[in-house]
Amino acid sequence: MLRLAPWLITLLLVGPILAGLAMAVLPAFGYLPALGGEAFSLTPWRELFAQPGLARSVGISLASGLATTAISLTVVLLFLAGASGSRLDRWIRRMISPLLSIPHAAAAFGLAFLIAPSGLLARLASPGLTGWERPPDLLIVQDPWGLSLMAGLIIKEIPFLLLMSLAALHQLDVERRVAMARSLGYRPTLAWLKAVAPSLYPLIRLPIFAVIAYASSVVDVAMILGPTLPPTLAVSILTWFNDPDLSRRFMASAGALLQLGVTAAALAIWWGLECLIRRLGRGWLTGGQRRAGERWLLMTGKALILLAAVTALVGIAGLALNSLAGFWRFPDGLPQAFTLQHWQRALPSLGGPVSATLVIATASTLLALGLALAALENEQRSGRQPAQGQLSSALTLLYLPLIVPQIAFLFGLMVVMESLGARPTRWLVIFGHLLFVLPYVFLSLSEAYRRFDPRWSRVALTLGATPNGAFWRVRLPMLLAPMLTAVAVGLAVSIGQYLPTLLLGAGRVPTVTTEAVALAAGGNRRLIGVWALMQASLPLIGFLIAVGLPRLLWSNRRGMRGTP
Amino acid sequence: MTQSCRESHLVFDKVHIALHGRTLLTLDARIAPGEVLTVMGPSGSGKSTLLAFAAGFLSPAFEAEGQVLLGEHDITALPAERRGVGLLFQDPLLFPHLSVGGNLRFGLPRAAPDKAAKVAAALAAIGLAGFGERDPATLSGGQQSRVALMRLLLSTPRAVLLDEPFSKLDTALRNEMRELVFSRLREAGLPSLLVTHDHQDAAAAGGPIITLE
Repeated sequence: MLRLAPWLITLLLVGPILAGLAMAVLPAFGYLPALGGEAFSLTPWRELFAQPGLARSVGISLASGLATTAISLTVVLLFLAGASGSRLDRWIRRMISPLLSIPHAAAAFGLAFLIAPSGLLARLASPGLTGWERPPDLLIVQDPWGLSLMAGLIIKEIPFLLLMSLAALHQLDVERRVAMARSLGYRPTLAWLKAVAPSLYPLIRLPIFAVIAYASSVVDVAMILGPTLPPTLAVSILTWFNDPDLSRRFMASAGALLQLGVTAAALAIWWGLECLIRRLGRGWLTGGQRRAGERWLLMTGKALILLAAVTALVGIAGLALNSLAGFWRFPDGLPQAFTLQHWQRALPSLGGPVSATLVIATASTLLALGLALAALENEQRSGRQPAQGQLSSALTLLYLPLIVPQIAFLFGLMVVMESLGARPTRWLVIFGHLLFVLPYVFLSLSEAYRRFDPRWSRVALTLGATPNGAFWRVRLPMLLAPMLTAVAVGLAVSIGQYLPTLLLGAGRVPTVTTEAVALAAGGNRRLIGVWALMQASLPLIGFLIAVGLPRLLWSNRRGMRGTP
Repeated sequence: MTQSCRESHLVFDKVHIALHGRTLLTLDARIAPGEVLTVMGPSGSGKSTLLAFAAGFLSPAFEAEGQVLLGEHDITALPAERRGVGLLFQDPLLFPHLSVGGNLRFGLPRAAPDKAAKVAAALAAIGLAGFGERDPATLSGGQQSRVALMRLLLSTPRAVLLDEPFSKLDTALRNEMRELVFSRLREAGLPSLLVTHDHQDAAAAGGPIITLE
């Protein structure tokens, strides 16, 4: 049974993506008998390229993918280079999980409430600094250049890349490398950048690719913060797919393939830049500069990461403020009165989506956890685990759902499901979420699982426990903390899913995320505050349990604190 | 495991282990009940490979020939948990999520009668009566080693492998533990294989000594 797990995972992740892509290719070339497309043609592509503003949509998607990733990665590397275990550094590290747990949409709403012309920042600076007595007529949120979109993505991608880097750094013996470089006269920050960063990069390349793919094709954040005339490519595609005129689906399918191409182009450009930097960096690495600019690099890293973390947190506080605000005149920093009215009004409609969200998240996470544990346990028992730092093919496949843009294959998948006669139900949504939850649960768990001292299981076996007994009685309890963290990550990923919920549920399985994003167009800030705050707090429950439960269970077991 | 199976020899019959075609070690030995065979050698001489082979944890990367026998039974192909071979590591490796008593109960076979009484007796035998509910992390290093030994004995092994079990103890404790471990193994009539690079271990074991190149 256990031996089937890796195959099952591969099939589960690769099958739907390939099927979905295939069902995007056919309609893109005019073939979809269900909608009357009986013959292959290039009409969908002609229509697509005739869309006004298409080039701009493509340009913004491409730029967003590259700029978001470049900035996030730079900030993370500078922060890690300058990290010295100070109080600020420890605070940032502690904030990674909560920041990571905030769904993209909630973070985007938070940022929007912060930087909008009538947002918190403008209020704090008015009228004193700006002289504004009323909100200025500026297009800050949803700006045509996609800057606010990129900012919203950056505050979410920094914690992701930071977490991935910290996990990878375990393998690199950082202290000794830095100590060696420092003994050769390099200042600490430069020592890290020259002796650690070049080895770290290959280890986090796949997460970086995932960020590029995500940022170039994201839908929910782009609907909240992205430009509107024209919107990003992914949002345009969604609009075309949802058009009452079903014949537009052909063009939308062509668009989905174009999105695939745009993301591939972004990845290719990044790869080109990588080669360029490697070539240019060689001189810098061995050029012998030991101190030049270290202070500047150090301060920039700290300042930028602090800015990103604080922005995200203040954004969430802004959501709370808005959800409780009564009458709130423009330049006032705080509302004149607070009220529970918005919550009371929203309460009757919150129940259904909240419970649906929790059911879907729990089901998909538990399925993912079972599969991940089975695959990892199989790896242990067969003694075949990928060498550290080496990218085995199986691991690369795990990243497939994170690298192929959702919008490119989910519509095709929907078509496949419809033709199989599957009705849009919760189960279909759970299955869709599993595609994205499983990679994160696996990646989050595998690190702890593979580092677990094999002697523990050996002791159990030599004492006569069966392999299954050793798993349930030793490995599982001892790995409870990382397992709960993986569960929390899985729940957070599922709760934040917008497109799979919307598409595979055919809009009939409302969750807090689909409801919150749907409010974006309306612009009722009080209501958005309620829903986005709800969306942001659900994943937090998972992380609270992940932190609290082990402490409670092992309060009398000193050896279980500071997990293995 | 029935009583009749116990009191058998541990036999290494023409054991030959190689890695990538290069011979690591060869061993042909017969260990009598209550006897301790000491295998010595510098690090890298294949001592731990020999233990992994005997216990059933040898990585498939190694090429092993020959047999391990317990009495008449060939255990070479058996999985680790069915060999009846106990293993004492450098570290006590008490399960941190279980109590001291829980660790001992883990060692007892599932069908053992009077588990509570056996655990209590085992604790009393090492001077730790009443420690059953304690967190193993609160025990001293010597106490932990003693609990690990009792856990091993409660699992009623038919042979025991010792992987430098005293190397991490301080000198005073080391003599005491050597005495305890070897007398207990003799008492139980278990054939044992000790791997070490400490000559005093070998002397205290009192059995034959083989040196690996």
